[in-house]
Amino acid sequence: MSEAILKVEGTHTFIGQHHILQGISFDAKADAVTVLIGRNGAGKSTALKTVIGLLPSSEGRIMFKGNEIQKKKPYEIARMGIGFVPEDMGIFANLTVEENMRVAMLVEDEATAQRLERTLDIFSDLGKFWKAQAGILSGGQKQMLAIARAIVNDTSLLLIDEPSKGLAPILVDALIEAINQIKEYSVVVLVEQNFYMASSVGDYFYILDDGMVVHGGLMEDLVNDEELKSKYLGISKAAE
Amino acid sequence: MATTTFERWGRELTIAGAIVLFLLPLIGIPGKTYLTLTIAGLAMGMLLFLVASGVSIIFGLMDVINFAHGALFAWGAYVGFSIFQRLMNWVEADSVFQNFAVFLIALVAAMMVVALLGIILEKVIIRRVYGFHLFQILITFGATVVLVELIRVLWGPNDEVMIVPLTFSRNWDILDIIVYRYRVICIVIGLIVYGVIQFVLKKTKLGTIVRAGVENRDMVQAMGHNIFLLFTGVFAAGAGLAALGGLAMSIFSRQVYPDMGSTYLLFAFIVVIIGGLGSVTGSLVGALIVGLSYNYVAYLVPWAAAGVNVLIMIIILLIRPTGLFPAGK
Repeated sequence: MSEAILKVEGTHTFIGQHHILQGISFDAKADAVTVLIGRNGAGKSTALKTVIGLLPSSEGRIMFKGNEIQKKKPYEIARMGIGFVPEDMGIFANLTVEENMRVAMLVEDEATAQRLERTLDIFSDLGKFWKAQAGILSGGQKQMLAIARAIVNDTSLLLIDEPSKGLAPILVDALIEAINQIKEYSVVVLVEQNFYMASSVGDYFYILDDGMVVHGGLMEDLVNDEELKSKYLGISKAAE
Repeated sequence: MATTTFERWGRELTIAGAIVLFLLPLIGIPGKTYLTLTIAGLAMGMLLFLVASGVSIIFGLMDVINFAHGALFAWGAYVGFSIFQRLMNWVEADSVFQNFAVFLIALVAAMMVVALLGIILEKVIIRRVYGFHLFQILITFGATVVLVELIRVLWGPNDEVMIVPLTFSRNWDILDIIVYRYRVICIVIGLIVYGVIQFVLKKTKLGTIVRAGVENRDMVQAMGHNIFLLFTGVFAAGAGLAALGGLAMSIFSRQVYPDMGSTYLLFAFIVVIIGGLGSVTGSLVGALIVGLSYNYVAYLVPWAAAGVNVLIMIIILLIRPTGLFPAGK
C-alpha cells in the first residue's frame, strides 16, 4: 500500500462557539484521489480549510510529508506544496484570467511555464479568455480557473471543495476527466456531494457525519455497499 | 436577465450628468472666475485624493478603518515644516532648482518618517484588531490622540505659518486669468501619484496580489502569499500617501496646526464613500467631485459649501450604495 502524504489525526476545529470537527482522522495516500463525502454540515469543507490553515485546529495533529503543519499559517502551508480550491472557487473577479494565474504563480521560472502549458492543455478554455475579466466566465470556466491556479505551482497535494456544485452534467464529465489527468502528478483530496463524480474519480473515501469520520475505505467497496450509501448519503439504488 | 436603464447606461449617464453638473455653475459664475475656481477645485481635489487613496487602499485590502490617517497626515505636514525651517535658504532662494530640491527633500523625509510610524502602528496595535471594526475605530482614535499630542510636545501647541518655497507662491497671468503655480503643481503631483499607484497596481505582480487581496484575502493566503507582510507594506504606503497629502495641503493652506488631520480626514472619508472603497480611480473621481463642487458652491452659496459634499455623498449612496467604482468585497 502506498505511503500517506497527508495524515489528519484527531483534529478538532471550532467556528466561533460551534464545535464543527470533533476529532476527525483521515489520510491521503500518494498517487490516489481521496474523497470526503457526507451530508451538508457534516464538516467536509471545514476539514479542508483546517488542513490549509484558514481555520485553526484546537486539538490534534496534521502531518504533511512527515511535517506537522497544524500551527503553520496558510501561506506557509501553501508554499509547502498544497493547493486549495474552495467551494466558492475564490476567483478574483476583477482580475483577468492571466492576472489570476500570475497571482497563483509563486515562482515564474521555466518549470512554472511548463506547468502552465500543461494546465492550459487540460483547461483549453482558459487560453481563449486569457485577457478577459474572470468575473465574466461561466461557472464551469471559473471552476477550471480555480483548479488551474492551484496546479500551476509544484503542488503535491490538491484540496478541492465541491467542484461539481452547480455545474451541468456535461461539465461534470469534463471535470472528471481533468481530475483524472491531474491525479497523474498530484495527490487529490476531494470534497464532493455528487456521488457520480466522487465514485468516478475517487480511489478512497471517508464518510463524515456530525464532524466525525464514520466510515472509510476503498471507493469500490462503497459503490457496492447499498446500506452505507443509504444510511449516510441518502442514496438508494432506485435513485441511482 | 433583464437590466435596468441605469445598469445598461449607468456609466454614460454618470459621465453626462457630471459634465452637465460641472458646467451648470457657468450660469451664475463669469467665465474667467469659473476657470480660476475650476483650477482651485482640481488642485483641492488632487490634494484630497492623496489623503483619500491611502484610506481607501487600507480599508479595501485590510478592512481596517484607520482614524489615525488624519494624524499621520499632520505628521507629514510637520516633518516637511521642520525641513523647510532647517533649509530656509533654499526655501527663500529665487531659484526654481533649489525650491524644488527642498520640496523633494521635505517630501521624502515626511513620507519616510510617516511610513515608519505607519509600520509601528500596524505592527503594534492594528494587527491585534483585524476583523473588529469597533475596536479599530477606538484604537486608531486613541492613536490619533497620542500622535497629535506628540506633535504638541515636539513642535508646540500653536498654529504655525507654513513657509512656502518662493517658486510655489508665484502665479501666472494667462489671458487675464490668474493661475497660482502651486495649484498647477498640486494637480501635477496628484496625476503623478495616480499614475504611479495605477502602474504599481496594474503592471506589477505585487500590485496584482494587492488587488487580489482586496477581493479575497483568504484566497491570497491560501495561494502562498504572506498577507501580513503585504498588510504592513500597504499600511506603510498608505501612511506615506497621508504624509504627502499633509505636506502638500499645508503648503496649499500655508499653515500647520496639530489638529489639522481631523478636518481633512472627514473630507477623505466622504471622497472614499463617493468613489467606492478600495478603488484608487474611485478616490480620484470622488476627490475631484468634492474639490470642484466645494469651490463652485463656496463662490455661489458660501454657507452651503461644506454641506454640498455630504449631499452628493447621500445621493450617490442612494443610487449606488457601493460608490462609483466599487472594488471587490
